[in-house]
Amino acid sequence: MRRVILAVTGTIAGLLALLGFRSHVPSSGPAVAEGAAATPGPVTSQAALPAGARAVDGNVADTVYGPVQVQVVVLDEKITGVNILEQPSSTVHDLQLGQVAFPKLISETLAAQSAHVDAVSGASYTSAGYIKSLQSALDNGA
Amino acid sequence: MMVRLRRAEHVMGTVVSFDVDAAFGTAVADAVRWLHWVDATFSTFRADSEVSRLSRGAVTADRCSAHVREVLAACSGLAAQTGGYFSATAGGSLDPSGYVKGWAIERAAAILTTAGSSSHCVNGGGDVRCTGASPRGDDWRIGVANPLDPGALALTVCGRDFAVATSGIAERGRHVLDPHTGRPPEGLLSVTVTGPDLGQADGYATAVFAMGYPRALGWSAEGYAASGITADGGTWRTEDFPAARYQNETIEPQLTRRGGRPIL
Repeated sequence: MRRVILAVTGTIAGLLALLGFRSHVPSSGPAVAEGAAATPGPVTSQAALPAGARAVDGNVADTVYGPVQVQVVVLDEKITGVNILEQPSSTVHDLQLGQVAFPKLISETLAAQSAHVDAVSGASYTSAGYIKSLQSALDNGA
Repeated sequence: MMVRLRRAEHVMGTVVSFDVDAAFGTAVADAVRWLHWVDATFSTFRADSEVSRLSRGAVTADRCSAHVREVLAACSGLAAQTGGYFSATAGGSLDPSGYVKGWAIERAAAILTTAGSSSHCVNGGGDVRCTGASPRGDDWRIGVANPLDPGALALTVCGRDFAVATSGIAERGRHVLDPHTGRPPEGLLSVTVTGPDLGQADGYATAVFAMGYPRALGWSAEGYAASGITADGGTWRTEDFPAARYQNETIEPQLTRRGGRPIL
């Protein structure tokens, strides 16, 4: 669980670094919602959680571009999804951050955990496609 | 942990990866020879292969090798079991590739087992056969590539002694045809099938992908389970995916949505 918290913290820290974090100390700790339970609370848009999964909300961070809040979905001590609960969306610059920077960071959070597999199943790659595949990284001892 | 041998062999138009105890190098060499024989015998890209000669009528099935007849019989069985959605002649000419690769990898893994290996994983270009437990002593962890982002995983299936086959458009485009229409199926980016035998799993994955969405939701086969990713980034799976008999754990698909669009 500590690993997960660290990862959550890392994700939020990354988002804040990206946005230029302006000092703001939130008043309460992370909120935790159990899977599939009805959870009255601050979450406005909530996808159905897989059985056994928990949604952990990060604190709202006040940045120069506006408030930011992320939520991670945790199953078996691994992050299986990241949702953006609140993000800036008013200026062109903000729009760019919302549509490009956020999804990229989320992809990297999930991809970082992809290393813990022994092999990868997927649509049959060509010899050329193999070079770029995660399987080739595993074969090289990644 | 013993020293592991990892070998990647270019064969059958793809790369086959071996992960096995280094003591079984000779068996890996035997398995590699087998795969090259399969390539020479079943390739539709080689005019002199037995399958090419059979396809153009230069030889009859009863004069083909026992392995070719075995594959043709298995393909007929798959066609009957899938309402014709698996077909060795989907593109108009004989092409049993949708079964052959999984079948060949299944047998390559069996060559290692026969030689005494009790823990190995053979991956034939995305079709995976795991034998025994992982070298760590726990379950093998097989990631399923995210067709929307090939460097990332959509889900992970874990277990021992099981096969995972995936069919989709991520690597070779829309090459799987619906045998009933002759056109590429609609609505799915990939289908993953798990079960005890990789040849069957490979054939089923091809068939379920060919069904398209939502027809694929109606598919079932005893001992096998399926999970798919739809064209809009959604996911579905059969109730028994992963089948508890050979899988102890699964991680739910990582594709999450917010506001109606895939977030990844």
